[in-house]
Amino acid sequence: MTEPEQSRPTPMVSAQGVHKSFGALEVLKGITLDVAPGEVMCLVGPSGSGKSTFLRCINHLETVNAGRLYVDGVLVGYHERRGKLHEMHPRDAARQRRTIGMVFQRFNLFPHMTALENIAEAPVVVQGRRKAEAATQARDLLARVGLADKAQAYPAQLSGGQQQRVAIARALAMQPRLMLFDEPTSALDPELVGEVLDVMRQLADEGMTMIVVTHEMGFAREVGDQLVFMDAGVVVEAGPPRAVLADPQHERTRAFLSKVL
Amino acid sequence: MTDPSTPIKAVPLRRPGRWISAAVLVTLLFLFAWGAATNDAYDWPTYGKYLFDQRISAAALVTLELTVIAMVIAVVLGVLLAVMRLSDNPVLRGLSWLYLWFFRGTPVYVQLVFWGLITSIYQQVRIGIPWGPSFVTFDVREVGSAFMFAFIGLGLNEAAYMAEIVRAGIRSVDEGQTEAASALGMTWLQTMRRIVLPQAMRVIIPPTGNEVISMLKTTSLVVAIPLTTELYSRARAIATPIFRVIPLLLVAATWYLVMTSVLMVAQYYLERHFSRGSSRTMSSRQLAALAKAQEQPPGGGS
Repeated sequence: MTEPEQSRPTPMVSAQGVHKSFGALEVLKGITLDVAPGEVMCLVGPSGSGKSTFLRCINHLETVNAGRLYVDGVLVGYHERRGKLHEMHPRDAARQRRTIGMVFQRFNLFPHMTALENIAEAPVVVQGRRKAEAATQARDLLARVGLADKAQAYPAQLSGGQQQRVAIARALAMQPRLMLFDEPTSALDPELVGEVLDVMRQLADEGMTMIVVTHEMGFAREVGDQLVFMDAGVVVEAGPPRAVLADPQHERTRAFLSKVL
Repeated sequence: MTDPSTPIKAVPLRRPGRWISAAVLVTLLFLFAWGAATNDAYDWPTYGKYLFDQRISAAALVTLELTVIAMVIAVVLGVLLAVMRLSDNPVLRGLSWLYLWFFRGTPVYVQLVFWGLITSIYQQVRIGIPWGPSFVTFDVREVGSAFMFAFIGLGLNEAAYMAEIVRAGIRSVDEGQTEAASALGMTWLQTMRRIVLPQAMRVIIPPTGNEVISMLKTTSLVVAIPLTTELYSRARAIATPIFRVIPLLLVAATWYLVMTSVLMVAQYYLERHFSRGSSRTMSSRQLAALAKAQEQPPGGGS
């Protein structure tokens, strides 16, 4: 067990040499990084670099093959007893995920439920809260993402930007301590990107710990506390966004940024 | 020049092909109906006499009971088999495959004959420790009846088909749905019940409607057991001594038609229930709400 230093608070996320392979393909080749509480970390890099896989490892949608991953000081996906790792029961993994919100590139709203039902579903089913209470909270969250008038709309009747805002509200309904965003604006029409980024910016201002996989360098510069550039399964470069974007130290970072900026 | 904002009033396209084909088909249909009405072989007076015969309606009820019970068994077992087939556990997967292989691979008629002979194969069912003491013993002959073997035989056979329908339905739900549910902390069972199965229903219901209607008619095969209280056997039994087979077949056909029609109506409403959210088309109520929002000065909505 690695004891965190006394002077610093426990990191919200701590990755220590995280490896992940799919069959013969090694996607993550030792990722080491810390995300402090309240910090916004932006993960950038070319497609196939392992950003999304790393994000999915954090809430155990993928199982780590080597290294350790801690969320709020708790090991993800395994129980550690007397120096041995034990596979985690799916029920316990589900419990771990409750405090981690995730927003997907393709929204993944539940199409058979209205916007309100999408948001109120997990609090009722997973946390066992009362329906009326969950509905009130869902209405508040819809208002927060600017969709108070869309409570009764089904996802198919909403624009991409509106769907993604509902998806953010749905994740927030579980009162997460950490939010993961997996390319939240990549599937959106350009004119709809802004409304989603605004909601995320507001969330960051409120002090939410966030890890954002994104191609929106403007967002990374303005909102991010830390920018991590990944390529081919490793962290190539990390630091304050303005510094990394203005003066990248590595050739690969420079090559990537020259294409996206 | 006309004002471009006037609503368009176009001359409708003429469709002579439609009119001609409709006239031909309606004439043919009328000729057939006329022929049937005047053909003595159909013996309509006998048809009328037996259409509402109490023995017939009682037999129709037996047919309906068999259908419903067998389908309930088939759906429950089918969901179980489908889930087994999709599970990570290789033993469960293999067992499910074996079940499908056997029950789909042999004719339902043969299976029903087999169920009819079951009492001569298994006299007793013992529940207890294998090779050890038994706690409860059933005498199969006492407990079982032809009716019971009929719905068991039909239900077990149908379960194999339902399993494939349910599996197709589950597979049709996007993987992202399961992921989103997992990410919210739902367990596998919660995800299945609340997220996957309700969406799979859209794909499951139409072929299941087919199966129910097919089952209603397959019940006529239980004569293999033999069970002779259902609609077809009863109609034959009434017809034989009075030498009036054709009108009684028509009576049976009429009852089958009425029952399938009722089932089709039920299917329509089920489909409508489970299609919520599947279309971008808004209900008239939602459209009215939107129109109302448009009338209001900007700044009120999104």
